[in-house]
Amino acid sequence: MHARFPYGILLCFIGLSACTAATPSLVISSPESHANTAGQSLMVFAAASLSEAFTTLGERFLEENPGDKITFNFAGSQQLAQQLAQGAPADIFASADRKQMEAAIQAGRVSGESLQPFAQNRLVLIFPKENPAGLVQLEDLSKPGLKLILAAEAAPVGRYSQDFLEKASQDPAFGSGFKDDVLKNVVSYEENVRAVFSKVILGEADAGIVYASDVSRANVEQVATLAIPDDLNVLADYYLSLISDSQTPDLAKNFITFVLSTTGQDILASYGLIPLR
Amino acid sequence: MATPTITGSPPSPPPRPQLSGLWRALSLPMLVFLSLPLMALFLRIAPARLIANFGDPYVLQAIGLSLATTVVTTLIIILGGTPVAYSLARRQYRFRRAIDTLIDLPTVLPPAVAGVALLMAFGRRGILGGLLDDLGIHIAFTPIAVVLAQVFIAAPFYIKSATVGFTSIDTELEQAASLDGASSSQVFRYVTIPLSWSALLGGSVMSWARALGEFGATIIFAGNFPGRTQTMPLAIYIGFELDLEVALTLSVILILFSFIALIIAKGILHRDWI
Repeated sequence: MHARFPYGILLCFIGLSACTAATPSLVISSPESHANTAGQSLMVFAAASLSEAFTTLGERFLEENPGDKITFNFAGSQQLAQQLAQGAPADIFASADRKQMEAAIQAGRVSGESLQPFAQNRLVLIFPKENPAGLVQLEDLSKPGLKLILAAEAAPVGRYSQDFLEKASQDPAFGSGFKDDVLKNVVSYEENVRAVFSKVILGEADAGIVYASDVSRANVEQVATLAIPDDLNVLADYYLSLISDSQTPDLAKNFITFVLSTTGQDILASYGLIPLR
Repeated sequence: MATPTITGSPPSPPPRPQLSGLWRALSLPMLVFLSLPLMALFLRIAPARLIANFGDPYVLQAIGLSLATTVVTTLIIILGGTPVAYSLARRQYRFRRAIDTLIDLPTVLPPAVAGVALLMAFGRRGILGGLLDDLGIHIAFTPIAVVLAQVFIAAPFYIKSATVGFTSIDTELEQAASLDGASSSQVFRYVTIPLSWSALLGGSVMSWARALGEFGATIIFAGNFPGRTQTMPLAIYIGFELDLEVALTLSVILILFSFIALIIAKGILHRDWI
């Protein structure tokens, strides 16, 4: 008798492995790139929260720059700053906060003058559609037994989440013990904002704090959101800069100009980021 | 691998032919490549700083959790893996090859895949997770999840070693014991285990060392919470972005643990210590 090998299970595993890469990188090139030998390539290191917005930006940029190629490296800003400090080749760094940009400046990879704010982001509370914890308002976050996921403080969004809780604790409506009570409910400090999002979608946690731009994606129908009012919210400043030793500085500068252009800013806004103007 | 002899005395190694200088020279680049990064880690951090960081609660918590979870993991692997290994070694049954392959699978899979798979099974919306949730058992984000991830990844190392150990026993010895009136549990206890002792112990140490280094499945399935699910590898990964020195300290400790474990495992496997 022949043993039947569980091929179906094997296929599942192989399929899954494709979507769990730690730092996804994405190459996009315009159709003419094969014909044009003079094409230049651009390596963009961008915060995980910019994944969708920058992919679209890159596609639009290539329409205007046929023959060129853009490679994206999306990861937590702190991870990208570390990679830059260790000498990873890149042309542009887009960080979700000033701190990681300063780290890149300290490492000598970015000159202070090229620093350019290009968008802002705000925090939002997400929870699974079936709402297992019965969340109605932000105050419910301190209910004992609720399972909350935050990003680790190493990631900008993790620090912003703590800032929000701090602000809420100073608001009499929440009470001074709010932050401590909420932190008691944290079950995991995830490494980046995407991991927080995935685990809330999976229903592993009752709630999570992510960027507004994370929700205005294709999977918006998979989670419910609760807005954080402006006076408690933290506006994350996103910075963009040219890497000092870029091999294609002109193309890189064009990309930065494009991000700041009306078209670029509109694309960012369509992904839930707050444009400069 | 282990070849336990009945007398328990080590087989004397055959005389080795003299190795030509050329082979030695050719093996040098690979040896340098493998040892240099490890040495660099030790050189990067001053011993005084290492000792100072050792008292950091973040470091101590991670070490404590790693040791506690891996000990539980190893016990579960021995209890659950021994029957599997014994069945694989003794019977030529129907699904033998499928089971053998299934056991190999976790060792070749990226641990991240194991993490996702465990979530699909034991997560809140997983196949069993919903049921467990109704019973009031919550696995995700608890040390139980850490142990499950470690068992999933590390069990094959013990099962493989134990299977080889059991296979190498002459079945006539077991048969003789049972003819003399020993019950099957007595045969297992007084004949099988003593004869495969080194393979069982060596496999356990290997499994323990693998569990200690488990990262990918743990961070996906168990999450990251200091003192609860943040084992040493997770603390190194997160610490790398927060405080490089803490990451270096934990790395050095982890290397020392693993090195000692491997030395012990090799000693047991090759010398038949009892």
